[in-house]
Amino acid sequence: MTVIVRTVSSWVKVLIFLFGIYIILFGHLTPGGGFAGGVILASSYVLLMLAFGRTFVEANLPRSLASRLDCLGAFVFALIAILGLVFGGTFFVNFLYQTYLPGRPFALVSGGTIPLSNMAIGVKVGASLFLVIFTLAAFRAESQEPSEGNPANQGPGQKE
Amino acid sequence: MALFYVLLIFMVIAAIIAVETKDLLGSVICVGAIGFGGSLMFLLLRAPDIAMTQIVVEVLGLVILIRATISRDLTFITGDREFVGMVASVVILLLVFMAGVRICDTLPEFGDPVFARLPEAASQAYIARGLSDTGAANIVTSIYLDYRAYDTLGEATVLFTAVIGATAILRGRSRKRLEDPEL
Amino acid sequence: MAYALCFLLFMIGLYCAVVKKNMVKIVLGIVIMEYAVNLFLIMLGYLTGGVAPIIERSQYDAKTQTIAAEFLSASVDPLPQAMVLTSIVISLGSLALMISICIRTYAKYGTFDITEIRRLRG
Repeated sequence: MTVIVRTVSSWVKVLIFLFGIYIILFGHLTPGGGFAGGVILASSYVLLMLAFGRTFVEANLPRSLASRLDCLGAFVFALIAILGLVFGGTFFVNFLYQTYLPGRPFALVSGGTIPLSNMAIGVKVGASLFLVIFTLAAFRAESQEPSEGNPANQGPGQKE
Repeated sequence: MALFYVLLIFMVIAAIIAVETKDLLGSVICVGAIGFGGSLMFLLLRAPDIAMTQIVVEVLGLVILIRATISRDLTFITGDREFVGMVASVVILLLVFMAGVRICDTLPEFGDPVFARLPEAASQAYIARGLSDTGAANIVTSIYLDYRAYDTLGEATVLFTAVIGATAILRGRSRKRLEDPEL
Repeated sequence: MAYALCFLLFMIGLYCAVVKKNMVKIVLGIVIMEYAVNLFLIMLGYLTGGVAPIIERSQYDAKTQTIAAEFLSASVDPLPQAMVLTSIVISLGSLALMISICIRTYAKYGTFDITEIRRLRG
């Protein structure tokens, strides 16, 4: 891509990432929430991938780290549910709001476990969608090279 | 109210163009136009969460679709399938459409939903007690993360499985050497 | 009349998914059907002259902890909105899965045409 596209997208990517974090954090006060914020986080990395190429983004956020973030988000969401069972007596009950930390309405610290669940879902959705688009880009680049057919990296089924 | 009909007719015309054009890139762009019209409809139907989610999801969906179709088989595939099958399916679809329009008359009037007439509906309880039960000012968030959080757990599982499936399908090179007669 | 137009959109998507022979066109038909269904569910909950189901600070009285009555009577239905929110993100996941199947099939057979693939048999 040209110099103009690269420069502008490297500035804009940071703003989009910050906006995604804002949408996730204030999900219980303004429209948005974990899902929209997670998709915005993923699209900031997609912008970087379109402007700079796949190998640059691989060095920035490698595939293994994205996969681990994805699993971490899902695990934290399930952990909040099980903690509801431990502390509150019912699966998924909002134990922080009802007993420990009520907060004031319309403040950032309010709603109990709702902001924590929003953050877990935002991380999970963002990492998943980044992983999918990255894999699509990697497969397309690989399938367009002329297939050499070297037997070194075939499956374990063949023995030469 | 007239704006709703204008947007709906715009979406229907874009759908007809997306279905009938022979150029794959053109139909992908028309589907993007449908998604954009849908997002405007959601905003006018007083659903700002949904409008925001729809527009960003549609942009990422366009990126995925264009990645798949550009520089691949863009030659125009002419001709349809066997003629009798196509006529039969069009006739059946027309019958289903006319039956469906008949059923649409039994639905409540657009703009006069069922929950507004029933004081014991679940939505009335959510609106009246959402802030005091959960502490969140956004009632939609308090529904999908507190009252009905189990559905969100199911959604997280479905998204997880779909992404694992997509990355598992696209892994590795095509295994052309599996039919090796020496094995 | 508005519901009939939404149903017409769904029927156009169904026609595209059933009749066409290009694999990507079938995927586009399924995507159009998903948009139509989400739109229909939100349209079911619309109240004429309604407001979005988000409580603002001016509508809440902190001393008596009550919500203003005009919000309670004019809010649109929040329940279908919560359900459609998860449905939209799931549709993106399923779109990624369908497109990965299409790309894999194209890499193996060299075409998107499903009648050709049926005849070639690997």
